[in-house]
Amino acid sequence: MLGEGIIQGLVETARNFFGSYVEKQRLTTVQYPEDRLPLPEASRVFPFLLYDGTDPEAGLRCVACQICEKECPPRCIHIEKSKDKKPDFVGKPQAYPAVFDIDVSVCMSCQICVEVCPFDAIRMDKVFELSTDDRFRGLLWTKRELAKPNEYYRTIHPVEAAETDERRAKELADARAKAAAAEAAAKARAAASVISAEGSGNGAAVNVAETKVTPP
Amino acid sequence: MISANAADQIFVTLKHWIVAHVPVLLQTPVSIVVSVGTIVVVFAGLFALTTVFERKGLGRMQNRYGPNRVGPWGVFQPIADALKSLTKEDIVPRAADHVVHYLAPLALVGVVFLSYAVLPVGRNMTAVNLDSGVLYFFAVGAATELAVFMAGWSSHNKYSLLGAMRAIAQMISYEIPLILSSVPVIMMSGTLSLVSIVDRQAQTTNGLAHWNVFTPWGLAGFILFMIAATAETNRSPFDLPEGESEIIAGYFIEYSGFKFALFFLAEYLEMFAVSGLGITLFLGGWSAPFAFLGWVPTWLWFFAKLLTLIFGFIWVRGTMPRLRMDQLMNFAWKFMLPMTLIVIVSAAMWRFVTPAMVGPKPLGGVIRWLVCALVILAPYILLARTLGRGHRIAKRTYRFAE
Repeated sequence: MLGEGIIQGLVETARNFFGSYVEKQRLTTVQYPEDRLPLPEASRVFPFLLYDGTDPEAGLRCVACQICEKECPPRCIHIEKSKDKKPDFVGKPQAYPAVFDIDVSVCMSCQICVEVCPFDAIRMDKVFELSTDDRFRGLLWTKRELAKPNEYYRTIHPVEAAETDERRAKELADARAKAAAAEAAAKARAAASVISAEGSGNGAAVNVAETKVTPP
Repeated sequence: MISANAADQIFVTLKHWIVAHVPVLLQTPVSIVVSVGTIVVVFAGLFALTTVFERKGLGRMQNRYGPNRVGPWGVFQPIADALKSLTKEDIVPRAADHVVHYLAPLALVGVVFLSYAVLPVGRNMTAVNLDSGVLYFFAVGAATELAVFMAGWSSHNKYSLLGAMRAIAQMISYEIPLILSSVPVIMMSGTLSLVSIVDRQAQTTNGLAHWNVFTPWGLAGFILFMIAATAETNRSPFDLPEGESEIIAGYFIEYSGFKFALFFLAEYLEMFAVSGLGITLFLGGWSAPFAFLGWVPTWLWFFAKLLTLIFGFIWVRGTMPRLRMDQLMNFAWKFMLPMTLIVIVSAAMWRFVTPAMVGPKPLGGVIRWLVCALVILAPYILLARTLGRGHRIAKRTYRFAE
């Protein structure tokens, strides 16, 4: 019958029109600035620098090894190594970045810097509203703007953060155990050398000094 | 508490009060300016409202919110649109015929506004009560084709020319069913004056008004009239002259800024005008459908009916895809034209067969209604079958391009 399909179509659109005032699933648009969908766990936008504790300067994990700078495909990272050193999380003296800048407009969020970092110092963020009205200073993020605490990392990527934390805790424990073992061994050897030195002169004392310089 | 009659005549009284306060010599010009100014302001305001309601309505039909950023629920969107179109650059192509290019939108809007002169928007609320109102309306409506072709030709662009050609072909083809579907009303009322046509329909028997749409020929005529009106005003699904996907924007492709807004305005004003004519001819104009609703102001009835028809236009636009040119022409000449002629025959039957001739008092009216409806329905089914032959709708299979 001529016109039947038109009536069917009209019924369909009318159902959509009136249904949109009753059923929520007929209006699927998320009103973005007010409503937001939760971002997936693996989403990533722009890197940030991690620090432990409360002080972003002292706790910064980065040791300015510059691997990320070299690996960055669009070359958006700029690092200047410090002249002096500060202790890292296991207490070993390490260099730190005097300058660490990332250009937001150049970064392509490829995550390669994260993958190459041997110190778990750089991670991907989820903040995507990075537009600014200052296209020079506003888009070049310095160390201060990049540094974010480990707690923040735990909130945005809980699974990854737990894995990293576990690994670092193990590393710290290993380092402490090693240091304790080395200390114990050194003590034992020192005691032994004292005994042997009494017998055979200073040849053994040289050996002890060598073992102290190169810990096992 | 003001009486129902005072509320109904409030605008008429206001105009008389204004006119009475000017010198006698100026009374006629002031009266004209007041009437024309009111029409221009009211219908341009209705245009602004319709644009936002259309966008929101279409959005809801397509499972999305419409504009909802400017003001509460996006009601100030037309103001933003107006500011945007006013501040845009007015570009005229170098090859265009500058004078005609400039005049086309003005001619279109001017001509469309002229057709409101004869529309009765309420009791005693007609700018000019012409004896040949229907004729005048169609004559002025036909002049829009000239403005459209002026725009298409002067732009010196192949798309605008194609759009203008399509517009002319479509408007001339659908003008015939448009006029023929209003012929039964003129036949039955015996007058061309729109005011008299409404007065006739405002009478009531047993509490029911004599609206033409309550008769079989009126109902069929109204549907055919609205289809032809949709085509006449270039509304979807008959928006071939614009055809964004084929000829970009048709005859107003070379217009920008406020001239484009004028074309837009004219298109909507044409829609309101032809809806107003449909209301006047078939839906009883400003009259109430039932006698007990007579206390509602007549202008409120007119605008309520107008908004309902506008919603119908939006609804159809949200539902149907655009026709092809050959489908459009086939529909006009093979379906619309025969059907309007059949409606005229049915109306003639209605006129000459009195209820007393076909049966006793209450039953006779019903039998006459059914017989007259059958006179329209039987040819409709036959015509639909004939036209549908050989057009089997099936899932298309691709033999080579898989």
